[in-house]
Amino acid sequence: MTIEGVVWKYGDNVDTDVIIPARYLNVSTAEELARHCMEDIDPGFAGAVQPGDVVVAGENFGCGSSREHAPLALKGAGVSCVVARSFARIFYRNAINVGLPILECPAAVEGIESGHRLGIDLEAGRIRNLTTGQVYQAEPYPPFMMAIIEAGGLVPYTRRRLEVENAKREA
Amino acid sequence: MGMTLAEKILAAHAGLEEVHPGQFVEVAVDVVLSNDITAPIAIREFERLGVERVFDPQRVVMVADHFAPNKDIKSAAQCLQVRQFARAQGLPHHFDVGRMGIEHVLLPEQGLVLPGDVVVGADSHTCTYGALGAFATGMGSTDIAVAMATGRVWMRVPETMRIIYHGELQPWVGGKDLILYTIGRIGVSGALYQAMEFAGPTVGGLSMADRFTMANMAIEAGAKAGLFAVDEVTRAYVDGRATRSYRVYQADADAACAQVIEIDVSQIEPQVAFPHLPENTRPVSQANGLPIDQVVIGSCTNGRLEDLRVAAQVLRGRRVHPDVRCIIIPGSQQVYLDALREGLVEVFIEAGAAVSTPTCGPCLGGHMGVLAAGERAVSTTNRNFRGRMGHPESEVYLAGPAVAAASAVAGRIAHPCDL
Repeated sequence: MTIEGVVWKYGDNVDTDVIIPARYLNVSTAEELARHCMEDIDPGFAGAVQPGDVVVAGENFGCGSSREHAPLALKGAGVSCVVARSFARIFYRNAINVGLPILECPAAVEGIESGHRLGIDLEAGRIRNLTTGQVYQAEPYPPFMMAIIEAGGLVPYTRRRLEVENAKREA
Repeated sequence: MGMTLAEKILAAHAGLEEVHPGQFVEVAVDVVLSNDITAPIAIREFERLGVERVFDPQRVVMVADHFAPNKDIKSAAQCLQVRQFARAQGLPHHFDVGRMGIEHVLLPEQGLVLPGDVVVGADSHTCTYGALGAFATGMGSTDIAVAMATGRVWMRVPETMRIIYHGELQPWVGGKDLILYTIGRIGVSGALYQAMEFAGPTVGGLSMADRFTMANMAIEAGAKAGLFAVDEVTRAYVDGRATRSYRVYQADADAACAQVIEIDVSQIEPQVAFPHLPENTRPVSQANGLPIDQVVIGSCTNGRLEDLRVAAQVLRGRRVHPDVRCIIIPGSQQVYLDALREGLVEVFIEAGAAVSTPTCGPCLGGHMGVLAAGERAVSTTNRNFRGRMGHPESEVYLAGPAVAAASAVAGRIAHPCDL
């Protein structure tokens, strides 16, 4: 799967409270949450982000709360991928589980700025900066996680597993 | 090579002789938790799994604490959805207004989480239960949906960071100051993906309340879990509360840690974390003087009886500064009742503080004390991120209950000895 989009770049420790402020957690659909995505650090983001755009950030992206509303808000806003130097662990799991592509790639973060255009080959983990011509290679996913991604998220992955287990039990 | 406490618990729950950091394992869980803002998504995903019943109704706990008592119509709808699911599934441990508490104060108090458990919760502060010698970690709603359905979750075995505390604590210094100091030293991603193991001679002398406070904020250093070994203090707390039998695990003497950090506590002053990260810590002597508008004493971090006692010790016979709103929130109905019986609530009300029913409310800018633009709060909560307690241009200074109460009286950030 190849993604193409414009970069929105942020710094280190982008926390889940700025990705989706808690005052909006009285709703839980991606569409509703998307309207307030990044509101407290970038009020213009939700109105201007285009489908396919890429968020690029520094260390510890998604730190703080366990709210799955954070990757849902980004996904609902049309963000196709988040590239960061590192991710907070709950956000990492949540993104994989809900099917928001994320890539760990410090070198790319170094060489990419807001407004650059990226082309990303998700399977290969290859990030091409279409503005500068630079190409970066992200950390590969562990095979176990790749299986969840290939299934389309944790729910379809688990559904399939449960079906197999139930079939075995009945046989 | 031996195993750390975290590795011991995970190996036992994975049905393996041993596990190693970096290994992916599937573990059986003892308790699965969610709250009124994370359960709605978990319920939605649970239904998508095509499973009819939760794996064990006794082990699935739901607490309406974040936006409860219902702060608005949408929150009321979320609490209702949780209530209906709990009824349909026959969950005996669904805690609603009047019987609830802030989840991480409530579950240990009710004896629902125990030493040696693996606990997963759709709340990042689930790591609090590490104080009991459990492996407890926060996850998102989809992970929790799968755990509710199957009683199992996948995990990557974390490396362990051992932090050894020694020396004697100064007056007014507690668990909150130790953990803020530690986060200030290692940073908000200092323990990313790791299990923090709190150890050393000082730790043995800490109350369970102090241990809960420290384990609670392991997530603020990026950690997956924060654990204490079980000792007499743990047993004294658990015995009489435990709703089932439990198993105590011990780290092997030759267990390998990714990092060992030693901290001499004798020089540590009460700490204050400045906006907008918990790592921006300073000793209170370097924070004195900033005028404040609000003080919050409570939360899953510092809403226990011991915390309220410290606050009352400072507030007794004093008045909250006329420019400050001081909001005190007991962490559970039991904490509230105990505080009432001990006369603490009287001290607070006579001092001019507001005392609320248990709720997470202001900690995450939900209700019960939201800040306006430009306002400044001292809070015993766990996060001071931008906009955490309200307007993005408001500020939160994190501290323990002693500094929070002293600041409420002084009208500025203050040490109790300054009063």
